[in-house]
Order: sequence, then structure tokens, then C-alpha cells
Amino acid sequence: MSTLNPARTAREYPARYRLEAARCEACGAVSFPARLVCPACRGRKFAAVTLAPEGKVLTWTVIHVGPPSHKHDVPYALAVIELGGGVRVTCQIADVDPAKVEAGMAVKLEFRRIQQDGEAGVIAYGHKAVPA
Amino acid sequence: MRDVAIVGIGLSRWGEVWDASLRTLWTEAALAALDDAGIDHVDSITVGSMAPGLFVGQEHLGGLLAGELGMAGVPATRVESACASGGVALRTGFAEIAAGLADIVLATGVEKMTDVSGDDCTAALAAAADAELEVFHGATFPALYAMMARAHMARWGTTREQLAMVAVKNHRHGSLNPHAQFRQQITVKDVLSSAKVADPLNILDCSPITDGAAAVVLADMETARKLAHGRPLIRIAGVGQASDHIALQSRPDMAAIPATTAAAQRAFKMAGKTPADVHVAEVHDCFTIAEIMVLEALGLCPAGEGGRQAESGRTALGGALPVNPSGGLKSKGHPVGATGVAQAVEIVTQLRGAAGKRQVANARVGLTQNMGGTGASSVVHILEVAP
Repeated sequence: MSTLNPARTAREYPARYRLEAARCEACGAVSFPARLVCPACRGRKFAAVTLAPEGKVLTWTVIHVGPPSHKHDVPYALAVIELGGGVRVTCQIADVDPAKVEAGMAVKLEFRRIQQDGEAGVIAYGHKAVPA
Repeated sequence: MRDVAIVGIGLSRWGEVWDASLRTLWTEAALAALDDAGIDHVDSITVGSMAPGLFVGQEHLGGLLAGELGMAGVPATRVESACASGGVALRTGFAEIAAGLADIVLATGVEKMTDVSGDDCTAALAAAADAELEVFHGATFPALYAMMARAHMARWGTTREQLAMVAVKNHRHGSLNPHAQFRQQITVKDVLSSAKVADPLNILDCSPITDGAAAVVLADMETARKLAHGRPLIRIAGVGQASDHIALQSRPDMAAIPATTAAAQRAFKMAGKTPADVHVAEVHDCFTIAEIMVLEALGLCPAGEGGRQAESGRTALGGALPVNPSGGLKSKGHPVGATGVAQAVEIVTQLRGAAGKRQVANARVGLTQNMGGTGASSVVHILEVAP
């Protein structure tokens, strides 16, 4: 079952390609990706902002048994990363020995290939973290 | 609101059941529960199932299964809340009787997981995580729980060995349960040396892939007293459910499961009880770290003390608070949609005093906790022997 339908992938370009987020005009909380209701205060008015790509690792794992979409990447590190302003993302950590990843590690997001839908299918891009 | 009792329980065969389809497994459990209750009709059927469309290409289970049981005509509804589907099906049945919509409900759960390849199974289960924020980037459920384990270890000093001790305990319990999928005992060393899945979790930290179904017959108290057949009458004293964001990253403290805490508080309040009143619990140990975090979330131990519960023997059979006497998801097996109902089957068995070698002595109050994803759907039931 592919989730890389071209229309669906295109809808996610603003967040995945350009790190576009939304700052709630009522409470200032930043939502990433943008959404219709602020989860902090239920505000509905937002201003567009772009995330700064620098952050740190909060928690992580090294995946040895990957899902079908990432079978050929194992072992790979996956982490929850906190960017500026308390925004969090979940993504892979690349360009590092997975065994060397640790909490608090400084990272920055880089634009990378994430997965591909078979030999002739959609190639999906997004961000991975690399050591800062 | 009317009081509700459980008057019949049933399980299908449980494990890798190659020769039985979803509908056959479900009917086995349903018939067992109806026979246990001594009835041949119900007013309503609820079915918890997580992903039958992905596992066997079949949706619309309500009508399908009512028909299989020869009960086409009764209201029959599938409910879905990932791995909490069974617990939510139980709560839905409770609500129908409490509200007076029905006097007798067959509350069930089922999952047929072994008709697909391991890859397809992984993908189906991953559909309970956030597709855009987590799964797109290569997250799996073991990986998400591994990140929760890392957070818990960093915050509370929980050790790799303490995780393993949960699996060792639950396999020891499962070895006493003729219904368990994996009845062999294991050691801490076995767990630590088993294949890595998502560091720090190894394969023996993970619950297995299981086919199975479970069913309970619920009734209002007046009907239930007529169906007790001299057995202890088991009342559902409290019910609680809560939700959370499904992406782990959205949780301020990734070493906690706040939806389980909220569900437990609601259930304890309804029951007029506290965690100290619980004699036996069946909790959602889909991974070893889950049992540790759930005990804390339920208030069955202080925050940060979850890792010491199996280590000290408190949660083992013979301890002060036996947890997962059935073997839990880890050893008994985890047909995801069936699990929440199967937990109630075990607690009723314990409260009836019919659990054989795994009987918890003098158990009169029991708790079940069932959750979906990394805890974003949590449901708790408190059962007691009715006076």
C-alpha cells in the first residue's frame, strides 16, 4: 500500500520542502505543519513562519528492523528533535554512526531523499537531521 | 445510568491459526461467550478490530459477523481505536446497556494478522501512528516505544535489565496459561541477547503477531442475576477512556502516557475506588517499556518506579499486585483488536476464581488497561465481584 500518491505528496510540499509552519496569532504557539486549529488555545488565525533548521535530539532509537519503505536503510537512527520555539519534528539522523547518537546532540535539518515508491514511482523528499 | 455485569466470556484459538479465517475465529469466541452465559440471543453486537481491511481485505465487520452468528437483524457495529479497539468495543457495549438501549450486548474483538507477509503486517500496524509526521520518516511501533524507553531511562534511571524482567515475568505467567501463544519461560539473558529491533528494544521485548478473537456477554444487573448460574457476578464498576495526539513528538513528557492517566482517573472515580483497591491487573504490555509506563500512568506505582515493579517481584504471581497473570500481550499474544476484550476475559476468570495455576488468591477487584498507538487511545475498566 503506497502512501506516495502524487497529489498527497504535493500537498505536503510546504512543510516537507520548505519547513513552512504557522504561528498562532492568539497565543504565539508554532504549529508544524500548518493546521486549522491551534492545539494550545484553539485559535484559528495564524501567520506563516519558516522554521529555523537548528535543533537538538530529545530522544532517539536505532532501527534494525525497518518498515518496507525503509528496509534498505537499516540500521538508521530516528529521533524526536526540538527546534527553536519548542517545535518538534520526528526524522532520521543521517551522516553519523547511529551508535554515536545521544540525547542533547546538536543537529540541523537538511533536505534529503526520504523514500521512494518502487523503481518507477514517486520519490519523496523531506528533511533529515545531520550533526550541526 | 444502569449497572452492567459480564455474564459470559469466550476466547477463540489464539496464535498462528492458519486454518481459521477472521470470521471463524470470531465465531468461535462469540459461541464460547454465549454458551458460557447460557443464552442464545443478544440485543446488540460490538466488534473491535483495528485493520481488517489491511489484514484480510474485509471491512464492514458488524453485519458480516452478525450474519455468521445467525443473528442478522441485531444492531452490529465495528469500532476502531487502533490496538484499543477491543477495549473501546467493551466500553461501547457498556454504554448501550447503561443507557437502556439494550439489555444484553455481545462485546467482541478480533484480528486476523497472519494472512499477510511480515512487511504488510508492519505497514498495517504502522497505520496507527501518524502517517505524515512519523511513518513517512521510517518510524515503526517498536521505534516509537524505543524512544519512549530512552526518555524513561534518561528521566528515571530505568535500566535495560528492568525492561527484560517484564518479559521474563510475563512469560513465566504465560507458561501457566494453556491459552497463551508462547508458553516457554525465558531469562533476562535471553531477552538481552535476542535480535535487535529498535534499540534499546529487542525482539523479546515485543509482543508477537497473533490471530485471535475474544468475546464477553454484557447484561444489565437484573438480567445478569438470572444468568449467574451460581457463579460470582462480575460488575463493571468503572469505565474510563481518553485520547491524546497520536504523534509521540506532540507529548510534552515522552516518558509518560497521560491519556492512560486520564482514563484511569475517570474509571476510578466512577467505581469509587483508588489504585490501592486493585488486586489484579491486565495491562497493555505491547512492549516491555509499555507495562512499566502504564503502571505509573494508572497510579499502581509512583512515577519513576515502574522499572522496579517486575524486578522486586511485586507484579509477579504471588506478589502484592500481580500484573498480567495471563502472560500479557507479550506471552499470551496480541491480536490487536481482540486484546482489550481478552483482558476482560482474564479478569473475569480471575474474579470467578477459575484461573487454575495462575489464580491470584482472593482477587475481588481487577483492572484492565488497553491502549492504541503510543497511548493516544486509552481505555480502562475496573471490574469487581458484585455483592
